[in-house]
Amino acid sequence: MDSSKASNAGIARSVPPASVGEVRDSVLEVDDFRLAFQVRGRDRNAIRGVSFSVGRNDSYGLVGESGCGKSTVALAIVKYLPRNAHIQSGAIRVNGADVFQMGNAELRRLRATTVSMVYQNPGAALNPAIRVGDQVAETFRVSGSHRAEALARARAMLVKVQISDPDGVMRRYPHQLSGGMQQRVVIAMALAHNPALLILDEPTTGLDATVEAEVLDLIVALRKEFGISILLISHNLGLVARMCRRIGVLYAGRLVEEGSSDAVLSDPRHPYTVGLLRAVPRWGTSKSHGLLDTIPGLPPAIGANIPGCVFADRCGLVQDICQQQEPQLFELDGGRTSRCFFHEKAHLLPTVEAGPKIASRALAVGAPLVRVEHLSKTFRQDGHPVKGVVDVSLSIRPGEALGLVGESGSGKTTLARVLLGLTPPDAGATIDIEGKALRPQISDRPDDQIRALQMVFQNPGGSLNRRHSVRRIIGRALTRLIGLAGRAREQRILELAQSVRLDRALLDLWPVQLSGGLKQRVAIARAFAGEPRLVIADEPTSALDVSVQAAILNLLVKLQADKGVTYLFISHDLGVVRYLSDRIAVLYLGRLMEVGDAETVFQGPHHPYTEALLSAAPILKGETRERIRLHGEIPNASAPPSGCVFHTRCPRFIGDICVKEEPPLAEQEPGHFIRCHHPIEELRRMQRPAPAPATVPGEPSR
Amino acid sequence: MGRFLLRRFGLALVTLWLLSIIVFVAAHVFPGDVGRRILGPFADPAAVASLNHQLGTDQPILSQYWSWLSGAVTGHLGTSLNYRDSVASLLGRAIGNSAKLGVVAFVLVVPLGILGGIVAALNRDRFLDRFITVAGLSAAVIPEFVWAIVVIILFGVVLRVLPVTAQAPEGSGVLTQLEYLILPAIALVLVLFGYIARITRAGMIEALDADYTRTAALKGLSWATVIRRHVLRNALLPTVAVVASQTGYLIGGLVVIELIFNYPGIGYLLFTAAQKKDFPLLQGGVMFVGLVYLTATLLADIAYSLLNPRIRYGSAE
Repeated sequence: MDSSKASNAGIARSVPPASVGEVRDSVLEVDDFRLAFQVRGRDRNAIRGVSFSVGRNDSYGLVGESGCGKSTVALAIVKYLPRNAHIQSGAIRVNGADVFQMGNAELRRLRATTVSMVYQNPGAALNPAIRVGDQVAETFRVSGSHRAEALARARAMLVKVQISDPDGVMRRYPHQLSGGMQQRVVIAMALAHNPALLILDEPTTGLDATVEAEVLDLIVALRKEFGISILLISHNLGLVARMCRRIGVLYAGRLVEEGSSDAVLSDPRHPYTVGLLRAVPRWGTSKSHGLLDTIPGLPPAIGANIPGCVFADRCGLVQDICQQQEPQLFELDGGRTSRCFFHEKAHLLPTVEAGPKIASRALAVGAPLVRVEHLSKTFRQDGHPVKGVVDVSLSIRPGEALGLVGESGSGKTTLARVLLGLTPPDAGATIDIEGKALRPQISDRPDDQIRALQMVFQNPGGSLNRRHSVRRIIGRALTRLIGLAGRAREQRILELAQSVRLDRALLDLWPVQLSGGLKQRVAIARAFAGEPRLVIADEPTSALDVSVQAAILNLLVKLQADKGVTYLFISHDLGVVRYLSDRIAVLYLGRLMEVGDAETVFQGPHHPYTEALLSAAPILKGETRERIRLHGEIPNASAPPSGCVFHTRCPRFIGDICVKEEPPLAEQEPGHFIRCHHPIEELRRMQRPAPAPATVPGEPSR
Repeated sequence: MGRFLLRRFGLALVTLWLLSIIVFVAAHVFPGDVGRRILGPFADPAAVASLNHQLGTDQPILSQYWSWLSGAVTGHLGTSLNYRDSVASLLGRAIGNSAKLGVVAFVLVVPLGILGGIVAALNRDRFLDRFITVAGLSAAVIPEFVWAIVVIILFGVVLRVLPVTAQAPEGSGVLTQLEYLILPAIALVLVLFGYIARITRAGMIEALDADYTRTAALKGLSWATVIRRHVLRNALLPTVAVVASQTGYLIGGLVVIELIFNYPGIGYLLFTAAQKKDFPLLQGGVMFVGLVYLTATLLADIAYSLLNPRIRYGSAE
């Protein structure tokens, strides 16, 4: 066993990256893998026949929405499955050895040295009770290193993953590290034994775009250095497009399309892939370009019996044959495959959300709906003041959608909580709504002000009372906010359900019985119960799958057009913010860095921070951008940098002036405010797309 | 962590102080005066007055409280009306006996309960799990006095293998004393086992399902190492808290058990004090039990924070 692995490892270093279509030996072969979960004595199909392989030095992306079986496939590769998992047929071979035939010792060796994994939530993946150094060292102790040697190797590994203070990090516990650092530690453990295959299961979901970009850069660099094959599992098509040479689209436990990622994403040959791609707001498009397309219906449940095509029930191109017979694997040119009878006309998939384009609302020049002046919020932490929000002045115009962006810790949510009256601001702030002062505490606010400001949360499951039926959730809001009762209330419940496209049969269900998308519709209906003037939506779609996200975004757009409501929209997904927002405000360490029309902010010239945020966002295709890398982490708000707070990470750093003097938030062109010492013309000159790849000033020479 | 413990300690002091007020008021708010209650309705009024004067109960209530509290803080808890002996020395002897019984019960139940919980969690939803859970909880819902009688009948009367009283004859060796303590301890074990096993099982299952357990297994560690090094440490945190809170329960349980087994511990003493209206002894005893309970809780907090770095060190932000 050991000798065969050694020879395999030798091959791994000698084979150069192969081109598309070339036959080569593979690190991972998944061969007609079928798996079911046994529930009450019955097999419920979860993986319905998946075959693919990952070559040496290759990168393969597995995409699909939640419940399609991505993670089950990943965990099957290391045979870490729940007890009720039943492997029905097929094989998974790593370096030619069938994982399912391995004994305990072999399996442990496979996990220790051949296949490693990086997980979605690095905070949870590290043991909270053990120091980071000991956890990394443990991977070396498995292979027989002594304690001192293991610690030394752990330290060296932390240096490899570009942790600048390895000794300090080793001594700390996981909760004392930021998310990006935690993920570096997990990567260090994964690469400890120079594995043949690295499985990345949603490695950057939950991280900020700038941190995500850094982690991805690190993975790319280490992959080159170590010559590791990658299996990336993600729901994010842009991420897979950027990281992987080949891509497989998984739906209901079936691989429906496969090919090189360029080909699949630019010219999809399966209606599901087409639908997925259409559901994501294309980079730089907004609601004025039309509604997003969605995929109707829901994916089949685990255990469903599907005689024909797995996607038939939701497919716009469905024919009788699709329901009766499972399509075979069609081999197309360029080494791609599709499991669709009509793969040649997949792009003809009819759009679901046809309708008139919704014009971006003419931005009212009159009185603002909400006016915020000199708003600051200082928290106390261990006796030290921490400034969450610093002197923010902002107007929200009636009927507009204002997008609020920034990394975590930038003060977005604090600002929203102050507006809602959940957190009182520091003295000296004024907040007006329609010219009337808004009391700092929600308990002091008159009913009409409470009604005017409503909220939609990120996690619809947590924000709905699970002991109340949907009818009661919406009904209570109507009673509390506008005092409706009896028939009038019932009437209004039905109207609200209708306006959020919630079937009336669902009104008598409980939140646990609803999918994430339906729950979010209930939450939106609840928020709209009192005819609000401003709805604050904090990451309303980030817990949802892309096709569901598209439906919710469409709903928000339609509600805005119908009811003239104003949004304050908080999201870390810049594509989504651009799609929904009329104007965008950028926060960094609690300060406004840039405010302007969405289009202007995106087009530039923009603040160097905005520039970096935009360039960090993964995009689908068709655009080549110069990547601006922000190094380091967002500084601690309890000790913000002097002068311009962004100067420690700024790619356009000038010099002394940035360190000593905080620039004002100046109106550099009509309606476009930027807080930067660079004049706008200078920014425009620097940020013009370079004709040839140029080095970025201020970039660290790594 | 220093600040955390300091706050806990301060809270314990405040709790003790509140307890002293409640105890004192409870002993003094009943209608009639103390002397009358002690001597009975037919006693000579002059005798009642002289007893009240002797006890200090003819003083204003606040000054009575103050003299009692200042005495209690310095360890002078007064004289027992019934035993004519200092309360402190009576309590001292009784607590020694109770501690023996409590320690025997704890030494039996804590490892057994934890082991039961671990075995149940590792066999989740299988027969062994169901058996441990159901048996443990069934045993826990039956009151200790019933168990006491059952074990006396079974081991002491039918099988005749163990003595039916708990007090060993004067001058017995350690082993004989232990033999006498086993039956009462078993009654306590039966009541406590279910709670400890159940909370351990819940903690184990949470830790077994945690992502970090998966990380550990996928490092290639053996399952035994994963359990030992990664699962147990996190799983036993809630158990520590529960075990400590059961100390308080144990003292409550001792009252009944000590009565049934005729064992001169603190529970027995408190019961007689209540029966004989021996207020100085009752007050001192309750305060003492409160002190033991709070000390146990404080020790549990210290153990919990030593095991949990998230309390020992603040978070990064």
